[in-house]
This record gives sequence, C-alpha cells and structure tokens, in this order.
Amino acid sequence: MKKYLALFLALVMALALVACNGGGGGTTEPATPATPATPATPATPATPETPATPATPATPEASKLKVGVVLVGDENEGYTFAHIDGIRKAAAAVGLSDSDIVWFYNIGETEDCYDKCIECVEQGCTLVITNSYGHQTYCQQAADENPDIQFVAMTGDTALKSGLPNFHNAFNMTFESRYVSGIVAGMKLKEMMDAGLVTDPYIGYVGAYPYAEVVSGYTGFFLGIKSIVPEAHMDVQYTNSWFDIQAEGKAAEALMARGCCIIGQHADSTGAPKAVQTAKDNGKAVYSVGYNIDMLAAAPTAALTSSTNDWSVYYTEAFQTMLDGGTLPTDWSKGYDAGAVAITPLGPEVAAGTAEAVKAAEDAIKAGTLHVFDTSTFTVGGAPVTSAFTFDSDGDWTNDTNEGIVDGYYHESEYISAPSFSLRIDGITELN
Amino acid sequence: MGKEHTGHEPLIRMSKRGEMLPAWKAWGIRVIAFFLSLVVSGIVIVAISKLNPAAVFATMADGAVGTSKRMWVTIRDAMTLLCIAVGLAPAFKMRFWNIGAEGQILVGAIASAACMIYFKNLPTPVLLLVMIVSSLVAGGIWGFFPGLFKARWNTNETLFTLMMNYIAIQLTSYFVALWENPFGSNSVGVINSQTKAGWLPNLLSEGYNKDFGWNVVIVLAVTLIMYLYMNHSKHGYEIAVIGDSENTARYAGIRVNQAYVRTIVFSGAVCGLAGFVAVSGASHTISTSTAGGRGFTAIIVAWLAQFNSVVMIIFSFLLVFLQKGAQAIASTYNLSQEVSEMITGIILFFLLGSEFFVNYTVRFNKGKGAKN
Repeated sequence: MKKYLALFLALVMALALVACNGGGGGTTEPATPATPATPATPATPATPETPATPATPATPEASKLKVGVVLVGDENEGYTFAHIDGIRKAAAAVGLSDSDIVWFYNIGETEDCYDKCIECVEQGCTLVITNSYGHQTYCQQAADENPDIQFVAMTGDTALKSGLPNFHNAFNMTFESRYVSGIVAGMKLKEMMDAGLVTDPYIGYVGAYPYAEVVSGYTGFFLGIKSIVPEAHMDVQYTNSWFDIQAEGKAAEALMARGCCIIGQHADSTGAPKAVQTAKDNGKAVYSVGYNIDMLAAAPTAALTSSTNDWSVYYTEAFQTMLDGGTLPTDWSKGYDAGAVAITPLGPEVAAGTAEAVKAAEDAIKAGTLHVFDTSTFTVGGAPVTSAFTFDSDGDWTNDTNEGIVDGYYHESEYISAPSFSLRIDGITELN
Repeated sequence: MGKEHTGHEPLIRMSKRGEMLPAWKAWGIRVIAFFLSLVVSGIVIVAISKLNPAAVFATMADGAVGTSKRMWVTIRDAMTLLCIAVGLAPAFKMRFWNIGAEGQILVGAIASAACMIYFKNLPTPVLLLVMIVSSLVAGGIWGFFPGLFKARWNTNETLFTLMMNYIAIQLTSYFVALWENPFGSNSVGVINSQTKAGWLPNLLSEGYNKDFGWNVVIVLAVTLIMYLYMNHSKHGYEIAVIGDSENTARYAGIRVNQAYVRTIVFSGAVCGLAGFVAVSGASHTISTSTAGGRGFTAIIVAWLAQFNSVVMIIFSFLLVFLQKGAQAIASTYNLSQEVSEMITGIILFFLLGSEFFVNYTVRFNKGKGAKN
C-alpha cells in the first residue's frame, strides 16, 4: 500500500512541478506586450507632453476605430520598438484603449504576414498597419481583397502604383535627419583635421541593402558632411541585412582598417558603434554616427549622435483622420517641420559649435531654405545633374517617370513617400 | 518471467499486447487520452494565467473555426499537411524513414514557383497542369536519389533524406535571391499578384483566396488514390510485406530494391505536390519557410493514423486546429506564443503517449510476490 501512496505522491509532485515551471515561465517571460513597459533605450527622443501610459478608458468616439498592427520584430529590436512606441503614443493622444489595438509580433516577410492581416480584419479592425518593407506585397494583397478596410504598409512604395484607394504608404523624411547627423560628423571631421589628427577626410558607411532607401540615406548623410568639409569622400559597405550585429561590426572594422575616421550606418543594430568604440579605446581617432536609437549606451565616447524617427507623428494623424471619417493620404511623408525626424542628444566628444550648426541647419530645413538634395552641392560623373526620375511605373525597380529635379533640387519623398533618390553621386564609392 | 528471479516483483509490469486491441478499444484509449490532455492543459492554463480554461478553449475553437474565413484557412492548412502525410505513408509503412519531406516540399514549391514566373502567359488550366506535373517530378527526383542509394548500396535513408533537406533549403535560398522582388528585399513577394496566373482559383465563388475548395479536391483525390494504392494494389501489398520483414519479402519473390526506389519516388512526388498546393493554393510565394516544419509535423500525423490515409484526415485537422487555436489564445490573451505551444505540446504528448497503452498492457502487481 505504501508503494501506491509513494507513486501517487510522486505523480502529484511531478504535476506540481510542471505547473510551477509553467507558472514561473509565465511571470518571468516579458511577453505581455499590452503593458506599457519602457525598455532601457528609448528609440525616440522623449517628447515631454506625451504620457507613457495609455489614456483613460476609451471615449465612445474612440470605439469607432480598431487598429491591427503586424510587426516584423518585437520590443527588443530598435526599429520595431520605435513603431510600437509611436503607436502607443498616438493611441494615447487620440484616446484609443488597449482593446482597440490588435498586435502581432515577430511576423516574417512571408505569407504569414498576409494571414495576420486577414486575421486583423476578422477581429474587426478597420485600419491595418504593417511595419516592414518586405510586408507590403502581402499587405497589398489583403487590401485588394478587403476594399472596406484601410491598410498602411509603412516604408513601402507601391501604394500609388497599385491604384487601390484603401492601400497607403508612409515614410518619414529620414534623409533630413541624416543630413543633420552628417553636419555633426562634418564638424568633428573638421576639428580632427584642424588638430592634425586626420589628414584624409575619409568616411565609412555601413549600409543594409543597395537600394533607394539606403542610397538616399547615405547621400543625405554625406552631403551634410560635405557642407562642412567639401573634400570629404565616403565608402559604403553593405551587410545585406537590416539587423546583423556581427556583420555590421565586421563592416565597421573593415572600413576603419581602410582608414575611415567616422562610421555612419543604415542598419539597425549596435554592431558598428560598438566596433568603433573598441577601436577608439585602442587609441584610434574614430567616431560613430548611429541610426534609430541613441548609441551612447553602446559607444559612450565614440558616438556623436544618431538620426531617428518619431513615428507617433504619422500614427496620430492617421488615427485622427480615421476617427474623423476622413481619407488617409496614399503617400504620407513629413520631416523636421512636423517633428517626425530628429537626431539624438549629442555625444560628449562632438566638436565645439556643433549644437549651433545643428540648430542652424534644422531651422533652415524647417523654413524650406535648405534642401538636402540641392543639385549645386553634388555631381554625378563629374557633371551637375539636371534630370532624375522619382517613380518606377513599370515595376522593373528603376525610376522612369516623374521628373524629380525642379527648382534646383531633387524633390525627395514628395511624389511617393518612400525614398526614391538612387543616383550614385561623386565622392561616394560602394565597396560591394 | 520476473517470478523466476529472486528479489521482489516490480510494482508495474509492462508487456506488449499479444494480439491487437479491437478497434473500438484502441480508439477509446485515444479519445480518453485526448480528454485527459485537455484537463492537464486546463490546469496549466490556470496555473500560468489565472484564466478560465473553458473560456480559453472556447477562444481556441473560435480562433480555428470561428468564422468562415478562419474555417477555410484551417481547412487549407490541414489539406497541405494531409497531402504531406499521405505522401510519407508508403515510405514509412515500408520502414523507409523518409525524413526528407521538408526538402521534397521545397523542390516541389520551387518547381511550381518557377512555372508561375516563367510561364505566366499560358492559359490557367494548362499552367496549373504544368505546375502540378513539374512539382511531382521535382519531388520524385528528390526521393529518387535516397531510394537508389538505399537499394544499390544500402545507405542510411534517414541521414540521406535529412541531408537532401539542407540541399533543398540552400537551393530555395538561391532561387529566392534570383527571383527577389523588389531588388534587395531578399523576398520573392506575392507572385503574379496582378494577373493571378498560376493561382488556384476559388471553387465555390468568384475570385481568389475566399475558399480553398480546389485544395480540398486535389488533396482528397490524392488521399483516396493513396488509400486504394496501399490497400487494394499489388504494390501496396508489397510495401506492407517489406515493412513487416524484408527477408520474408525477398523469400516471397518481391523485388525489394525495385520496390524501394519506386515507393520513395512516389512518396517524394506526393510531397512535391504538397509544395504545389502550398505555393499555388495558399501562399503564392516561395521562401525557405514554405515547408515550415510541416514535413516533420506530417510524420506525427502519419504515425498517429497508423499510415491509414483516410484516418490522416482527422489528425491533420486536429493538429492544424490546435495550432490555429493556440495562436488565437496567444493573441487574445496577450500570452506569448510559447504558452500556446505548450498546450499543443501537452495534447500531442498525450496522443502519442496513448499509443503506448494501445500497444502494451500495464499490470499493477496485486499483493507482494516477494515473500520468499
């Protein structure tokens, strides 16, 4: 009889153990995305007036809108965190409650994205947002099949061409903040040259993929530098990934080995800034300009600044438009004038006078007197550019219609929201 | 046997059943196991989330079949899984451990996608037929090599088919890079999203993606053919004999090597067809996640159904139902995906565990045998 008892007890204990393990997993797992926990690194400079917690219970008006969000990553990844943060701020601003938002995390750029878009519709969402470029083809398919529901493919570029009235793209004018971060880099470069630390004004840039969004970004960054150091030249090393700590670190090391003294980036990890910090700690005169998030935690002395996006500007506008019964724009793009882009706080070793130069450039961009892609500041093949298209009408991924150069500058992100500037200008070399 | 030993009797004795249990008893055990698994997962749900388990199970059902759209998606995924399981059945029944369904699906998917991209101007029925044939051929080729090597040199088919998976994954990466759209995105995107060339149309209504009736028709036809092939054909009988004993089969004059190659080519071809169903009938794209582990999940389906193609229908639905339901729980209650996977795991554990009780008897020793 004792043995049965022992067996019974053993079973109970085993069950209890399973249950406890499960319970423990449930509490330690930071997997409850609805709680507005703020990770250590805010991706956007905090705007003081936006409360961190969602607003009080939904107003009757707010219940008119239910938003589905399909995200490529989760809070642990800087780019997606910036979107989550923007959506939460926007929801708080227009009075949406937690139950008005359906979240899907870690959805790859596969048919899973289509399934999740449809699932959002099934759950009663009237606005569905996807946040990765590779999501847009699936988002568009879902939009095509659900004409009564509004779909937004963030950072996408096919809304206009698709001709679907319920399919939209939005992208901040990130090239503006990249230009300003270029000014920070240029000021530092000039200081180092004046001090005799650097003789060759050689910049390195870690890029993700060789297409317009990245080309537009690094060109803006480079033109910012050039406005301070006209003889500067830059090499671009691609990693073929948006997020790869190892590859980005390696690319930065390779560029520094070639003699680059400032490393910019259009990739989402802290790989490059960390590599630069290590080199700097070993006595090299090198600095880093980051993207998305403040890199000072990863590179306390090497980081100069990062260019960032505040997605809440678009999300607030979009939510409000939906609540008011209005129509979302097919393409939406705003920059400094709306507060949609910014640079993070300056690092401890920026050159004297940087803050003033940044302020002057920001004011000029807001006032519309400074245009990032001013054709008088760059050449292609040794000659000034007089014509460049902004739109790809036939789907071969080369822009072929809609003249972009008017009034002496390239009108980036005005015709369609996604960056379209893909000229390879003099002074920049793509290494791979 | 233990009685002859000195020392005492073990508390529990397990022995293989002498004869098969009657079907109703075997199924009774499985149904009891299923309900027990629900009870245990209910306890786990309460322990983790303090939610009412009844509500959670209701959410599961709602997430899997709550609306007609969800129902169709569940049917669609169940059909793809069924097609793979049906493809695996002959190989497994022959004790040829085909772990390579994943790769066979992928090459079938590559073949289908290639037709969609290069022959998009063919009329729809012709294009679909070309896609079906090429996916069958591609899957068959992927099965041919392990079969040939097994027959000729008695290589280990488990390792061979597993290695073929990696080759297929790399091949898929290559084609994704070749066909990537837009350039630099490292993804093929929806193929022919405007023209819908090569998409399986709706069966019951106009357009696409509203119902997946053709998936059902194609896969059920394959299931039926496989059932007849396995149970009412000479080849099917040979497979059963080889599975029981290769030597017996040889003694009976069955050409074992020929049967190996033939069966694994057939098995691979049906798995390749599953690749066609996945691409043309569901995703309309190709990526390295097109197979998505279903080549392995299907093995569970095939085993649970004892390689009976018709019974597999039930188990593929059950597995897809669990998967969709688990996702619904995760998104409704803001639980992480892992919690829902735990529930699926518990249910599968019980279902697979029930096979033990179907095949073995368990006796508790009454009284102490160890008095001596």
